[in-house]
Amino acid sequence: MLRRTLLAAAAALAISGTAALAEDKPAIVFDIGGKFDKSFNESMFNGAEKFKAETGVAYGEFEIANEAQREQAIRNFADQGYSPIIAAGFAQAAAVEKVAKEYPDLKFAIVDMVVDLPNVQSIVFKEHEGSYLVGLMAGMASKSGKVGFVGGMDIPLIRKFGCGYAQGVKAAKADATVIQNMTGDTGAAWNDPVKGGEITKGQMAQGADVVYAAAGATGLGVLQAAADGGALSIGVDANQNYLHPGKVLTSMLKRVDVAVFNVMKGGNANFKPGIQVLGLAEDGVGYAMDDNNKPLVSADMLAAVEKAKADIIAGTIKVHDYTADNTCPVQ
Amino acid sequence: MMQSRGELPHWVDVGLIPLINLTVALAVSGLIVIIIGENPVEAMWIMLKGAVGSLKGWGYLLYYATTFVFTGLAVAVAFHAGLFNIGGEGQAYMAGVGAATVGLGLEFLPWPILIPLAILASMAMGAFWAWIPGVLQAKRGSHIVITTIMFNFIAASLVGYLINYWFRPVGKMAVESREITGAYIMSAREVAREFFGVRIASSPLNFSVFLALIAAWAVWYLLWRTKLGYEIRALGANPAAAVYAGIRPDRIIIIAMVISGALAGLVPVNEILGVQHRLVLGYVGGAGFVGIAVALMGRSHPVGILLAAMLFGLLYQGGSELSFAKPEINRDMVVVIQGLVILFMGALEYAFRPWVAALFFKVEGK
Repeated sequence: MLRRTLLAAAAALAISGTAALAEDKPAIVFDIGGKFDKSFNESMFNGAEKFKAETGVAYGEFEIANEAQREQAIRNFADQGYSPIIAAGFAQAAAVEKVAKEYPDLKFAIVDMVVDLPNVQSIVFKEHEGSYLVGLMAGMASKSGKVGFVGGMDIPLIRKFGCGYAQGVKAAKADATVIQNMTGDTGAAWNDPVKGGEITKGQMAQGADVVYAAAGATGLGVLQAAADGGALSIGVDANQNYLHPGKVLTSMLKRVDVAVFNVMKGGNANFKPGIQVLGLAEDGVGYAMDDNNKPLVSADMLAAVEKAKADIIAGTIKVHDYTADNTCPVQ
Repeated sequence: MMQSRGELPHWVDVGLIPLINLTVALAVSGLIVIIIGENPVEAMWIMLKGAVGSLKGWGYLLYYATTFVFTGLAVAVAFHAGLFNIGGEGQAYMAGVGAATVGLGLEFLPWPILIPLAILASMAMGAFWAWIPGVLQAKRGSHIVITTIMFNFIAASLVGYLINYWFRPVGKMAVESREITGAYIMSAREVAREFFGVRIASSPLNFSVFLALIAAWAVWYLLWRTKLGYEIRALGANPAAAVYAGIRPDRIIIIAMVISGALAGLVPVNEILGVQHRLVLGYVGGAGFVGIAVALMGRSHPVGILLAAMLFGLLYQGGSELSFAKPEINRDMVVVIQGLVILFMGALEYAFRPWVAALFFKVEGK
């Protein structure tokens, strides 16, 4: 999947010529979580590092430490002529909007949020589609008919994960129960593996035997607790199957690394303003299969999930997006 | 003790010793910078230049300092009453709800009425959040340190909930309110452009900086020029004597906490009305805790707090420029440098004093 996307990017680059590369000065502004969060930001960091390794072009980077620095960092890069400038995370939207207006000649990109300006590329993901697929697998793998979901911070984006997941579970087993818990209401909820583990143990005590974590670094505790307690878990964002081989059912992939890589590699010459929605069809989201989880996924399961994937791409299955109306049709 | 041999001149205490402490702090920071393989002189230069080498740097420095003055004064007022208010963070956070509620709910009002109302609502919410621990301390003896820490957590959850389910427009992903357009405090940049036709570098500096100066003066006047201020200081200096003098401790504790909370409640004026123009999740960002360091370093005196707040503003802005210019010195390294400055300027303030005194008297030939 990754290879195909990269090939496409490389092909696009080859057609347009590589002359623009010399002038490109890409930069990336990470969100408060920091670039080593083993999740969203780190995934973007990996994409940027991959770009550096492949092209030898250095990129500017900054980790936000407080709210005021969002705008300051983006503006600093703009002042120094960096372009394209990538902002990680929805929280940077206001800052990107402000600075992008003042520097119409520079290119900006934002992940997980839409900023409607002619020099901004907005990259958003259909997390509900990927979550639906892992939910389907969870529903089929569950013996007790009860599965869990551990979210990070209670925000609509995470409910979108949970809602897609619940829909997938119900598609596999209509009478299944989905136990949903959020870790907290503040940013600390992204980085609390201990609490994540406790919530998971609580869900397992209620009978859940598959638990999906969409909680940044908190998810590491979820995966650990599930592995210790004999339940299966599902990772998120990056492929986390390797963390507990044979105990992680799969991971819901959200390819922010590919998105960052493509924006950097495309540079100014191939910059496409507007909204880029990456779903199953674009390989922006998906489920992870490798040697670590192969024994856990039966042929039936694989066939069902591939069929669901094709149906979602074809439009015969419509997965409800929680953020469209802030409600979820299933619980 | 060394000082028993004679009094050190005032300039040694307020000038020389802090300078020595700062130099030692920077020297130790420099060692750490060397360990990670960077040039410490260059790093210090980038920090200084980034903070005071340009109008933009000054703008950021003063913007950070404004917030730290508010939280520093909040800690200082409680401290003079013998109370350790750790809750500035939560009080400032709750205050944001007051500012945003008025700013968004009454935006039909003209700004000369709306802005003062928003400021008052902000102070009232901050005061309210400090009043509860104050009452618990005064009437029930619940320790103020414990209750104010707990109230920080309650505030974090409560405000998070309110922003998520109250302020955030449907469909908006970022956990923040819609834009506050009416109660809008102009930035220095906008003032320069609108009224003087000058373009200056962009920074978040806004009118709140004057509010910080007024607040500092008001705290000084309150503490050293009014009866209430005398009662607050008397209670803090010696509770038993204060009671003997007819001061009611429960009353003073509650009043001091309310004033303290109201001062912390000025933070949103700078951060929300002045800069973000939205109620943003976690916007206080630790400024309440920095206020404790600022108050300690400033010896709980408004003038000291103004200076300490500017030093922290310098460290924040210079540190941000440093990690920008040198990605190897990341934001955690900057926190280490800030921590060392706090350690040597605050906690170890008198560590070098005996030596300085010994040296001083030797030179004087006493």
